[in-house]
Amino acid sequence: MAAFGSFALLIALALAAYNLLAGALALRLIAVGQPARISPERLADTARRAGIAGFLAITAAAFALIWSVFANDFSITYILEHSNRALPAAYKFSALWSGQEGSLLLWAWLLGIYGFVLRLTHKTDVKLYAYAGTILAGIQVFFLLVLNFAAPPFALLRGAIPDDGNGLNPLLQYPEMVIHPPMLYLGYVGFSVPFAFALGALMMRYPGEKWIKVTRVWTLVTWLFLTAGIFLGMHWAYAVLGWGGYWGWDPVENASFMPWLTGTAFLHSVMMQEKKGMMKSWNVWLIFSTFMLTLLGTLLTRAGLVSSVHAFAQSSIGTWFVVFMGIVLAVCIFTYVLQRGHLKSEQHLESLVSRESSFLFNNLVLLTACFVILWGTLFPILSEYVVGNKVTVGAPFYNRVAVPIGLFLLFLTGVGPLLPWRATSFKSIRRNFVLPVIALWVTVVVCLAVGVRPWKDGAFSSGDFYALVAFAVSAAVMTAILSEFLRGAGVISRQTGRNLLVGTWLLTRRNTRRYGGYIIHIGVVIVVVGLAGSAFNQSQERELGLHDKLLIGPYTLECIGFTQDSNLNYNSEYAMLDVYRDGKKQFQMTPEKRVYLASNQPQTMVAIHSLPSWDLYVVYEGTNPDTGQPIIKAFLNPLVGWIWAGLVVMVFGTFVALVPSLSPATASLRVPARTVPTEPALKGGL
Amino acid sequence: MATPLRFAFWFRAVQALVLAVAVCFSMGATDSSARYHDLNHRLMCTCGCAQLLGECNHVGCTESGQELSELRSDIASGMTDKEIFAAFTAKYGATVLAAPTTQGFDLVAWIAPFAVFGAALLGTILLIRRWSGLAGAKALASAPDPAIDDPADRERREKIRRETGSDGGF
Repeated sequence: MAAFGSFALLIALALAAYNLLAGALALRLIAVGQPARISPERLADTARRAGIAGFLAITAAAFALIWSVFANDFSITYILEHSNRALPAAYKFSALWSGQEGSLLLWAWLLGIYGFVLRLTHKTDVKLYAYAGTILAGIQVFFLLVLNFAAPPFALLRGAIPDDGNGLNPLLQYPEMVIHPPMLYLGYVGFSVPFAFALGALMMRYPGEKWIKVTRVWTLVTWLFLTAGIFLGMHWAYAVLGWGGYWGWDPVENASFMPWLTGTAFLHSVMMQEKKGMMKSWNVWLIFSTFMLTLLGTLLTRAGLVSSVHAFAQSSIGTWFVVFMGIVLAVCIFTYVLQRGHLKSEQHLESLVSRESSFLFNNLVLLTACFVILWGTLFPILSEYVVGNKVTVGAPFYNRVAVPIGLFLLFLTGVGPLLPWRATSFKSIRRNFVLPVIALWVTVVVCLAVGVRPWKDGAFSSGDFYALVAFAVSAAVMTAILSEFLRGAGVISRQTGRNLLVGTWLLTRRNTRRYGGYIIHIGVVIVVVGLAGSAFNQSQERELGLHDKLLIGPYTLECIGFTQDSNLNYNSEYAMLDVYRDGKKQFQMTPEKRVYLASNQPQTMVAIHSLPSWDLYVVYEGTNPDTGQPIIKAFLNPLVGWIWAGLVVMVFGTFVALVPSLSPATASLRVPARTVPTEPALKGGL
Repeated sequence: MATPLRFAFWFRAVQALVLAVAVCFSMGATDSSARYHDLNHRLMCTCGCAQLLGECNHVGCTESGQELSELRSDIASGMTDKEIFAAFTAKYGATVLAAPTTQGFDLVAWIAPFAVFGAALLGTILLIRRWSGLAGAKALASAPDPAIDDPADRERREKIRRETGSDGGF
């Protein structure tokens, strides 16, 4: 199977190279109108078919690797290092992305899938799709070169073949690890598609804004995958790493967040281009930057440029990525300089206070946040280079710098939708903002009254201050969005005689893109509330003998025993803890510590009891070598569940935004020719 | 007469709100462990786990226990935060601090984000002003004939069209 896999990768490389060269030649011939022995259109079609065949070849290689994992073929070095006989079947799949070679193969395979779909749907716009397909082939050539010559997944072991493998990294033996990396990769790889369309449209001087409409679904789906991937990673970190948190500002976490920020900025600013023909150059560079940031993320993950907890994937293929990023940047700059005349647009705004301006500020804040994260991630390297002194840039830096920017962004999330396009009046501002402002101040007063106070011990507590601001702004934003829904739903309700709920449903169906976007904003607000809860985390740690008790928040944890278990994959120790509240037993928790046999590595399995108000999070840390007593660490983490609930709302909102609107909205707005429409009708977006 | 009365009402309302907030802010609880928690979240564990000292949870970690006990004794001995950081840096190196200091080249780490944000904010405002100016000039050049259409009606129709487009986005 190793020979089959290697051969499949070579075939895939040859096909991708043909796709790139033949596609480029055909497009060149079409562009200059030069007669040739073979029709350029037919040549382009052979290139497209080569791309489809290339996808089949990469699929064969991925199949070969998975087959080899299941067949326990330890003659392949990759399988030896990332699997073992006792590894459960689900985790054998995750061996595909647990190491560098496998994850690069996954990348190439996903790129092949995206390319396959793109090439099958080429009739949407044959020429534009031919450009995009050729550019995707160029990216594919790079990954296949790396897979064939720098990081071959089917490299054979030299010497005697062991009976069993080294096993999968215990950190990866968790259900979410079966879906988190593919999700993240679908997001990373997916941005290749809008990148290819943007670059292709620029190369061919594509008329109008149609390419944006064509790529909208691709961009939104990709953004959805990246969002879900990031949140799944957070949940994995929370449930597996056992430190009670979900985001550590690790360089690799940052690397996934940066393209998300620029991608989000693109999704907003692209509306300016669609509606007003503005910011064409800006949008092109946003999507170029997003794609390059996905490469940078992979470079950081693979090259070990910065120290990270994701050390399992480090290697020396960074140079390949640096060179490729250099080529991509050069192509982007060259194409832009050559075709920039095509991107000239009418730049006109009528007011500083308008929807257009809010999009500009939104982009400003998102890109500043991206810069801050990039700066913090790379500053240790810069410091070492400039003054020879390596420093750490950790959570305290980001909390001070990125959190205020995030809160400003949250503020814009609420303000933006309340501002009409072009210009607004003071009267309109007062009418739209009175409720959100009231909600903001009421929340401030309530929070202060219940103990969320920035001053404790006579000292300023930035965590509590940010939490207070986050709660207050969240309340204001939520009020603003809900009032937008209610205004529109009220008008429909009055027009149709249906109730408000049906009115809201009809309103959303008539403009899914706008109201899907609002639902995503609601999800963001819910996530922010959950994040703000971290300011009030509590933790307790102590050795617990039989019937010893640990108090945390309203709970009392009583140890009622310890036990052990084992299977072919790992040995485990459990602590059994009865949890009491107000003197009554509520439930039992069983935090666990495993030692995986193949790798002899320990791993905690956290016990979590989730409520909307907080998570009770218990870690069995093992036994104290001096006393022999088990050590239990308990956390009470307020509002964590809101983060995951917020993700669900964001995903739902994205699906809504992806669904086509029911009918042209204007057709359903039956306003008599000379009737003055009501303000709610104007704002409601019927 | 209605306007001054309304102004007075809002002025009093804001006054009451500020007072309520000030009263609530002034009420604070005392927590003696807050400083220890704060400091162990501004230092790194040096075992190589890349985690904050207060969050390192490795079973049998050889570094975090020692660092935490040093931190406790430093606090107990009355050292200031600055002195504690200096002692840790002298012993473990600059990477023990979880964030750059505010001295020397480290200061650049703190200044750059705000400088970039400030410059970008200024640039955005100037851009909007410039584009607004262009729009104003164009509007003057192509002002519609008021006899053909009522501006208020036209504006309303424009607004409906913009706000209700089926693919109109936000």
